[in-house]
Amino acid sequence: MPTNLLWCLVGCFLGTVVGILPGLGPAATIAMLLPMTYSMSPASGIIMLTGIYYGAKYGGSTTSILLNMPGESSSVVTCIDGYQMARKGRAGAALGIAAIASFIAGSFGIVALSLIAPPIAAFALSFSSPEYFALMALGLALVVLLAGDSLVKGLIALLVGLWLTSIGTDLFTSQSRFTFGQTSLLSGLDFMVVAIGVFAITEVLSSISDQEETQVLPVPKGFRNLLPSWEELKACRFAFANGSIVGFIIGVLPGAGASIASFISYGIERAFSRHPEKFGTGLPEGVAAPEGANNADTGGALIPLLTLGIPGGGTTAILLSALVLWGVKPGPLMMTESPDVFWGLVASLYIGNVMLLILNLPMVPLFAQILRIPVYILHPVIFGVSVIGAYSVSGRLFDVLMLAGFGALGFAMSRLKFPVAPLVLGFVLGDAMERALRQSLMMSQGDLSILISRPISAGMLIFAVAVLFLPLLPRFRRLKEAAG
Amino acid sequence: MTKSIFRDGDIIAGALTAALGTYITVTASRWDVMGPEGPGPGFFPVGYGIALIILSLILIFQRFTAARHTEENRPFDWAGFRRAAITWVAFTASTALMQTLGFYISFGLLTLFLGLFVFEKPLKSALIAGVLSAAGFYIVFDMALGVALPVGLLGF
Repeated sequence: MPTNLLWCLVGCFLGTVVGILPGLGPAATIAMLLPMTYSMSPASGIIMLTGIYYGAKYGGSTTSILLNMPGESSSVVTCIDGYQMARKGRAGAALGIAAIASFIAGSFGIVALSLIAPPIAAFALSFSSPEYFALMALGLALVVLLAGDSLVKGLIALLVGLWLTSIGTDLFTSQSRFTFGQTSLLSGLDFMVVAIGVFAITEVLSSISDQEETQVLPVPKGFRNLLPSWEELKACRFAFANGSIVGFIIGVLPGAGASIASFISYGIERAFSRHPEKFGTGLPEGVAAPEGANNADTGGALIPLLTLGIPGGGTTAILLSALVLWGVKPGPLMMTESPDVFWGLVASLYIGNVMLLILNLPMVPLFAQILRIPVYILHPVIFGVSVIGAYSVSGRLFDVLMLAGFGALGFAMSRLKFPVAPLVLGFVLGDAMERALRQSLMMSQGDLSILISRPISAGMLIFAVAVLFLPLLPRFRRLKEAAG
Repeated sequence: MTKSIFRDGDIIAGALTAALGTYITVTASRWDVMGPEGPGPGFFPVGYGIALIILSLILIFQRFTAARHTEENRPFDWAGFRRAAITWVAFTASTALMQTLGFYISFGLLTLFLGLFVFEKPLKSALIAGVLSAAGFYIVFDMALGVALPVGLLGF
């Protein structure tokens, strides 16, 4: 449909802007804009929101290269060589390489998604309640393992998320849980309010708290000055392949994230380079590899979301909620029950990738001007859009007050180094996980062995436990050596 | 050292989450945990409530036994925290005022307040930002998109 092309363009444009703006991420933007898509068709809505998701990956490199400040967490590594290239007067080439690497790797990720998603979905059709419980438990275990420096803090955040999703009325027995006598809480907490609070409001508060003056390096004028030389492109050919493959594989893993993909890809590029000592001084390969990885990651991350209904991170968790709100059930049946949404989304990824290359190459100098918007205007605007997003849920000021509360919670978590993503994922998956567990135990009349007597669920649960205990192995080894 | 460790963020966070876990476990244990038809509404909360208590105690224990890192000697950024706290209070107050003043006036006042007291801009700049932002939101969300927002005593 022609209107879907327009929404794809809107999403890509907004995503690029969001990627450029430090302090505003795709998760917060998608959360804020989601209520405004209620009147759209599910296909149009998911196309626009996914456009924001991968558009931000393109935009994030702009601030990394011009400001030495990543616009997105996945663009951190691009700062290392990208900023150095800009300091040498090669800002245009750096921006061009980032855009080209993003296009090549993004295309690879989309093709791989198209080929791999159908067989995974077919396999998942054999799942019942025990398998779904085990799958969600595994998803949460993987996320917590890779979410931050402290496993304990990640698990605590996850459990708080599970508690938050329990607030309201129990589906099976109508028992009110943790409502503190408030009738407004009987329907539970809305995901949009939680997500906008812990992402958007928290980012603004953190940005205000960490006030820093920054200087933007100039972007060369003229399209030709944005293109890398032929020698630079030749030097990057292994980096393009490296970023594509590494980014996609890491993206499939729930909880891994594009940041990890870009670090690993950069590390591999440096390890196999003929001149590793030059990394960090402004090498084009040092830009191409991480930028490619963080774009290929998008295609990978959509696989567990669309075929299994398992989000791999904060942003895909919000996309999951969006699909559910529109009445689309992500999972193995999505391709058969909502083929227009699934294949419409995949098609938009192809088209959006081309749109982003066109947007990012010649229009980068224009986008860079966005960085000059004063923060005393930008931050209140983010507040305003957040309030509108929260109020649009049910038309209650109570939700907006809850929004403020979750903003404070998210800010406290960020200062105390508690990762937010496990909390959001616990909130998103907790309800379905509890339902799957209780249905499983109803099937077996309270016998927990149903979870381990079925091979698929047993395998996933064993893997989940192994993943949780894996980080403790080096500690056990050190204790053993100290004792010996 | 003993006094300062109890002011440590991890200790306070661990204590708070342990208290939360205790509250969850005690409250949920009053509901049906396991019935003849299977697990009840208390089953899941009791499980994660106990897990939360255990993990909180581990966090506190880890903090007591961990070696001091150099970043612990970095002074707390009270100025930054104050800016964020003032911003949050202003945001919450503007939310509460929306019932009386409506979204656009509350939002304009919030922008003015933040411009003056958080970003320390001149009165003229903050006032222009407040008026133009509110007007911009009115044009985009009310006139163009028709989004229903809180209306105050002045009718908008």
